[in-house]
Amino acid sequence: MDMNVPKKKLSLKEKYSHMTRGLDWEPSYQSKDDVYPYAKYEGIKIHDWDKWEDPFRLTMDAYWKYQAEKERKLYAIIDAYAQNNGHLSVTDARYINTVKLFLTGVSPLEYMAHRGFAHVGRQLPGAGPRVACLMQSIDEIRHAQTQVHSLSNYNKYYNGLHDFRHMHDRVWYLSVPKSFFDDAITAGPFEFMVAIGFSFEYVLTNLLFVPFVSGAAYNGDMSAMTFGFSAQSDEARHMTLGLEVIKFMLEQDPDNLPIVQRWIDKWAWRGTRVLTLVAMMMDYMLPKRIMSWKEAWEVYFEENGGALFKDLARYGITMPKCIEDITKEKEHLSHQAWATFYNYGAAAAFHTWTPDEDEMNWLSEKYPDSFDKYYRPRLEYWRDEAAKGNRFYNKTLPMLCQVCQIPMLFTEPDDPTKICYRETQYKDDKYHFCSDHCKAIFEHEPEKYIQSWLPVHQIYQGNCFPEGTDPTAEGFDPLAAVLAYYHMNFGRDNLDFEGSEDQKNFDAWRGVATSND
Amino acid sequence: MQMDLRTVSIKPLRNTFDHVARRLGADKPASRYQEGTFDMQAAANFHYRPTWDPEHEIFDATRTAIKMADWYAFKDPRQFYYGTYTLARAKQQDTAEANFNFVETRGLAAMLNDEVKATSLKLLVPLRHVAWGGNLNNASMCAYGYGTAFTQPCIYHAMDHLGIAQYLTRVGLLLGSEEELDAAKDAWMTGDAWQGLRRYVEDSFVLKDPIELFVAQNVALDGLLYPLVYETIVDDVLSSEGGTAIALLTQFMTEWFGETRRWVDATLKTAAGESAENKALLEKWTTHWRDRAASALMPVAQIAVGGRADTVVAEQVEQFNTRLAKAGMTV
Repeated sequence: MDMNVPKKKLSLKEKYSHMTRGLDWEPSYQSKDDVYPYAKYEGIKIHDWDKWEDPFRLTMDAYWKYQAEKERKLYAIIDAYAQNNGHLSVTDARYINTVKLFLTGVSPLEYMAHRGFAHVGRQLPGAGPRVACLMQSIDEIRHAQTQVHSLSNYNKYYNGLHDFRHMHDRVWYLSVPKSFFDDAITAGPFEFMVAIGFSFEYVLTNLLFVPFVSGAAYNGDMSAMTFGFSAQSDEARHMTLGLEVIKFMLEQDPDNLPIVQRWIDKWAWRGTRVLTLVAMMMDYMLPKRIMSWKEAWEVYFEENGGALFKDLARYGITMPKCIEDITKEKEHLSHQAWATFYNYGAAAAFHTWTPDEDEMNWLSEKYPDSFDKYYRPRLEYWRDEAAKGNRFYNKTLPMLCQVCQIPMLFTEPDDPTKICYRETQYKDDKYHFCSDHCKAIFEHEPEKYIQSWLPVHQIYQGNCFPEGTDPTAEGFDPLAAVLAYYHMNFGRDNLDFEGSEDQKNFDAWRGVATSND
Repeated sequence: MQMDLRTVSIKPLRNTFDHVARRLGADKPASRYQEGTFDMQAAANFHYRPTWDPEHEIFDATRTAIKMADWYAFKDPRQFYYGTYTLARAKQQDTAEANFNFVETRGLAAMLNDEVKATSLKLLVPLRHVAWGGNLNNASMCAYGYGTAFTQPCIYHAMDHLGIAQYLTRVGLLLGSEEELDAAKDAWMTGDAWQGLRRYVEDSFVLKDPIELFVAQNVALDGLLYPLVYETIVDDVLSSEGGTAIALLTQFMTEWFGETRRWVDATLKTAAGESAENKALLEKWTTHWRDRAASALMPVAQIAVGGRADTVVAEQVEQFNTRLAKAGMTV
């Protein structure tokens, strides 16, 4: 009987290959170019998709099993945290402003990653990377939802989170992360993989995710910490996918090198510009600090990222040119960013404040070459003015960079006393940039970046008022109209932390929870 | 006995996010499905047009000819968000694993008569390619559809199809070996019985309208294929010939179809109920793709039921029409 013939035992690799690329076939009733219409226009040459090495091997049954186990644990903790009023155990209510920044700025990007990977997972002609991308797509909707579900409890008690989706598409500083992802998803599928799969997941995850989750852990936020830890094993898969894609492109054809190099240069810069918000969070917004932004950059980029670029050197990839300037900026980035938000505190959906004396001393210690010289005097002046009842709010609108969309707040790489301005002429218009790098990105693809929905321009053009607003009416208040368009509640979501509803509620509630009065 | 444990109670400022409250009509406690679904997709002020599709915005409702006043009118009756979805599938995969284990350890595959075994291999293993096509198509619907209420179940459905393709691969390896996978691939590529179906699947790959694709894949093709293969052929025909083991190995698919058709039907009902124009368009698409699917499935049914294929497929079409009538469509 044939049953006596022992079956050949398949290796894990062979088995996984049958479970993924073995399912695929070369179409003949439709042309391959019609089935995968976006695979060629970026100029990337792939000769043999079978050379793709799966960065991880996970069949769907195992995926469901592992992920369900993680979800069960995560939601048990979220529920317990909510039930025990866990929000009252954070260091102090200022911490909650980092949560606001995260939910309005980052969670919507997780959702974009979900849709972006569905798109790329549909379009790459190789079965191996397609499966890996679709798995990342479903992971990313997980991250978006677990973040919304964890932070939902904060929204019940604190201001600024209540309309995060609406704000993400409109508010001036949120156009920075939004335009970053819009840029990636509107690029071709290969560039998307470098932008998100490589630069964002691989090079920069350590500088966004790790500080945020560590910040949560340091400051007693069990719910944000838990979704962070729970996402860790997913992130590990995403990082290996990102790296595998870049190696694969470089191995397939030498002509791919200059294209990939340009994308790495561009996305390293785009990514670090978004990290401006993280720098400010680490140095100013966490009541209990983990490390300074400068230290984080040194550990996670200069050391870890440096090792990565050494690994890629054998393919001919070199360290992005912008790194030199980023290294100079590390002394200044967080201070310049926080000063800007302090200025525009009336138009932000989180609270700002001046650091107390201990915190200023910590900053002096961490930034011996820059803080006392350039930034402390200004903060002390603002603090003293606020104490006299003159809390300063800037009411004019800043000029934005056409590419990264950050207000022109950065200084010249070699002169921290001079704002860095660059400009270029394209067709009939002049465009402005924060740096040589943003300018170079624009000049390579001007038709893309002239489309930027720049919040300040849009306000001046009258596109950011609620429907039916008449800007010519007597007593028209433009700031109030813009905040109404943002769904920002004046006096509750914005302004200084000192005297805010969040501050008062937190103190009162913590009193109820910890005393018998 | 009721225990009344006390916790410190603080009155919240609000019950849910404003965008959720606007959809609920008031600020009241919302479910995790609602908070994880409503308005999750960006809908305004996109920065750039896709370089791969400059005619459209990143997310653009005009990629389909179906028109909805509100794309969040769609509801998944299963209320799946990622957590509930994976929990549901983890449970089903537990059962599937137990079934595969049962068949393997009891040597049930060896006890199948040669004819049932040969039929099962010939019928089921090429279907793994069809499921792979379903994975690709549902990824499309997720990527190019509009609004999370519609697109979210599509990514779950895409991964389900991949899971099914992998279960079918295991069936092939359990009943046969790698050679059976190769033979099935050959049949899929060149065998007469499969060319109609392969053409159907490849034609669906180039559809640009995500809702027409939904109709071609999830409504018409799966709506005929799953009841035909897993309910009629596996559960009735093969089981009566001693092939109960096959029914155990495909239990996942049978249950999956029963569960997911609730979402498919609800989606059709909502879209068709929106306007006479939507209804007419959906009926036109459904009729077109149903007829193509029915004729493509005819030679596939013949593998198992021979000359009765005509009758068996006709019965499926009739049941399909009845099902669609319940969703408010005349096809």
